Parts: sequence; structure tokens; C-alpha cells
Amino acid sequence: MNQNPAIGHNTVPKMTARDVNVFYGQKQAIKNVSIDVSAEHVTAFIGPSGCGKSTFLRCLNRMNDTVDGARVEGRIELDGQDVYASGMDVVQLRARVGMVFQKPNPFPKSIYENVAYGPRLHGLARSKTDMDEIVESALKRAGLWDEAKDRLNESGTAMSGGQQQRLCIARAIAVDPEVILMDEPCSALDPIATARIEELIDELRGRYAIVIVTHNMQQAARVSQKTAFFHLGTLVEYDDTSSIFTNPKATRTKDYITGRYG
Amino acid sequence: MAEFAAHTVKSFDEDIAQLRAVITRMGGLCESQIAESVDALMSRNAEAAQIIIENDNRLDALEAEAEALAVRIIALRAPLADDLREIVSALKIAGVLERIGDYAKNIAKRSAVIAQSQPVGPAVIIPEMARLVVEIIRDTLDAFVDRDPVKALALLQRDQQVDEYYNSLFRALLTFMMENPHYITPSTHLLFVAKNLERIGDHATSVAEMVYYSVTGQRPAERPKNDFTSTVYSPE
Repeated sequence: MNQNPAIGHNTVPKMTARDVNVFYGQKQAIKNVSIDVSAEHVTAFIGPSGCGKSTFLRCLNRMNDTVDGARVEGRIELDGQDVYASGMDVVQLRARVGMVFQKPNPFPKSIYENVAYGPRLHGLARSKTDMDEIVESALKRAGLWDEAKDRLNESGTAMSGGQQQRLCIARAIAVDPEVILMDEPCSALDPIATARIEELIDELRGRYAIVIVTHNMQQAARVSQKTAFFHLGTLVEYDDTSSIFTNPKATRTKDYITGRYG
Repeated sequence: MAEFAAHTVKSFDEDIAQLRAVITRMGGLCESQIAESVDALMSRNAEAAQIIIENDNRLDALEAEAEALAVRIIALRAPLADDLREIVSALKIAGVLERIGDYAKNIAKRSAVIAQSQPVGPAVIIPEMARLVVEIIRDTLDAFVDRDPVKALALLQRDQQVDEYYNSLFRALLTFMMENPHYITPSTHLLFVAKNLERIGDHATSVAEMVYYSVTGQRPAERPKNDFTSTVYSPE
């Protein structure tokens, strides 16, 4: 029997995936992937374009449901519950497993309303004071409060790229998630904005399970404690980030990270 | 003293601080190993010598730890500019400090043989040599901790005094051996002890050069060498 180091490495993983296969019509994008997602670490998914890392990420909060022709097989669990079970409330799932995208996408509303939208939808605030606290707390935790507190009624789209991305993170945090998925969150940002987001990820670690998809290996090396390398739809290697980048076990992993790939 | 702004990602600063702490611990351990090995030698204390020999394992372990930390930082942070020079220099300094520790251990090893004879006159200079090199190491580690290139540069001259002591001790021991052939064995061991201390002085100076390079990105001009024993034919 194959010993898969991607599973069984945590005492209690936050999410588990077993034998997941994903098809877009006839094309198979994910082949038999099993992995445990750590509750307390940042996990990075790395791999070349088209390797399936974003596809797999989207399985974790059922964003693939919105893609025509996408079919997910296998079992994915959040705290032991099957996320694809017929009784699962997908809206609620996406609050518990939040997502931040590559291009910052604040709503064309005020900064305050951007953050308040989710909590209002989920009925998390009983009063205006409650909501004010939720908004302030989320903006503080996303490192945006100082820059936003005097302009909460200004448009969320009138900020810099880095600020908009932190607003999107605040928006995800406001609904009290347990997992935050990030799909190339810094690709559109300059190095300083990127560093601020990476410091933010460091601060959020432990409070939320974080999974980050990145095509920037250096970022994966800086920001994560566990790394999963995807290639052609399969999970090739999973290990401590420091081991992957100092002494990878699979030749394909080594070739990719040292730039011998392709 | 160089001003260092913090990295935006604080864990990067913590990683570097961790590596620097290992170097500082190694430096402190070297100082005590040298001082105590010469103490054990002069007081003919075999138990103390044995402890020093065993303590050297701690230095070896610290060097391995420094190496692992440096490799990890290079892999995970891709350090550039002064960060890169810091990490590379720390790696090299760890290797040199481990070497210094080996010399101190070697002094301790020889003290058992030396203790079997009566004290050799010229040996009285050895504690003073040891005190000097320990001071150089201490000041070098200070320059390292403070990232101070001016302090580091000033240290390059200090080794000359150690070399002068070594020159005179070398001649004195040759004379002593010629006049007291029964003392050739302990005297030869003492020559090695003196050589070890002279080498420690050289190594400590090269650490100062590494500190200078780490901070400024340049190597200091050629340092003066004062050890002329390799040309000594006869000690008159």
C-alpha cells in the first residue's frame, strides 16, 4: 500500500479530500487527489500553468458548481462533514470557507458596505452597533482599519490595488470563516503591497486554515509551512515547505522548483 | 552603527535573528573554551581539560545548526543585498568559530602530556597570549552583533600583538630546548599550543573581515602579517 504523506499528517485536519477527480466535460483536470488540509498552517499549492491547482482549490468551497460542465467525484470534508452532501447549504459553506481571488474585486459600494454585505446576508449583526463592530474588527484584522477608518463611506473601488485586496480579505473575514482560500492573491500587486499581504497571512495563520494557490514559488516558500506540488492534475509531492525547497523527494518537484522544467 | 529597518514580513527578521543568536552563542563558547583550556594547561588540571574536550561537541552541533538555518533562509527567503551577505557571512563565521574551538580542544588535549614534566619557563607568556585572543574574539563578536564596520576594521591590527608574542615564544622555546634537551617533549607540545593560539588570532581576524564585508559589501585592504617564524633558522 502506498504511504501518502499528504494525508494523516495532522492530528485533526480542517478539511480532507479523498480520491478526488474533476472533469470539465470529457477532459479530466484532477486525477485521484487525496490531501489533508492543516488547520493551523498555511498550505501552498504550487505547480505549472494548467496543473489543476486552482481547479482543486475551487472544489474546497464548491466554486466549481458555478462552472458549466464541471463534475467533481470523490469525497471532500470540512470538520468531518461531506461538503457535497445533498443537505449542505452552499451559501453557508462559502461563508465558512471563504475565497480571495487574483484580481481584487470589491463591490461597487462603500468600504463599509463591502465588509457589511456578507454579515448582513448571514444575519450576523443584531444592530447597527453590532455591525459597526464587525466591520471595524474585520478591517483591523485585515490591516486596513487605519487607512480606511476615516473614509468608510467612500467607494471600495477608489483604493489602490493592495488596499482593495486587503478589503477583499476583510470581506472574507467578516463572515467569520474557518478556512480562507486564496487564488494567486498577490499576482496583481507590486512588491510592497505583496509583502504587506504576506505579513497579513502570517498574522492570520492559526486563526484560520489558509490555502494559497500561487505560481510564484518564492511566495510559496516565504508564506507557507506546508506545500503541495501539482503536475498534470495529480498531487506529486506534499511536505513541509522547508523540505520541499531544500530537499524535494520527487524528481518532477525538483525539476520544477529549480527551473529545469519545460 | 548601521541602521537596519525591519522587514515588512516580521518572520524574516526573526529567522535572521535566530541565525545570529547561534553565532553569538558560538562566540561565547569559543571564548570560554580558549580561556579554560589555557587555565587547565597552566594549572595542570586534567579533569578541567577533559571537560573542555567534551564541550567541543557543543560547538560542532551549533555549527550544524547555523548551517541548517542559513540553508533554510536562503531557500525560503531568497535573501538579497545586505540580507544575502549577512547569511553567507554568518555561514562562514560559524565554520571559523568551529575551527577556533578545535584549536582550544587541541590545547586541552596536550595539557596532560605537558603536565608530566616540570613547568617550562617560557610558557609563562601563554596566558597573556590567550587573554589577548579571547579579547579579540569578544570584540569581534561585538562588532558582529552591532553590525559595526568601524569596530571590525580596528580589530585587524590587534592580531599583530599576538604574532609578536608568538615570534618571541617560538625563539624562547627553541633556546630552551637546546639548553634543556630533557624538556624537548613538553616544549614541543607548548610550541603547538602557541601555534594554536596564533592561528586562533588569525581566524578571529578573518571573522572581523567577514563582519566588515557583511556590512559594507567590500573587503578591507590587505591586513599586516607579523608572524615571521617560518623564516627562523636559528634563534640567536
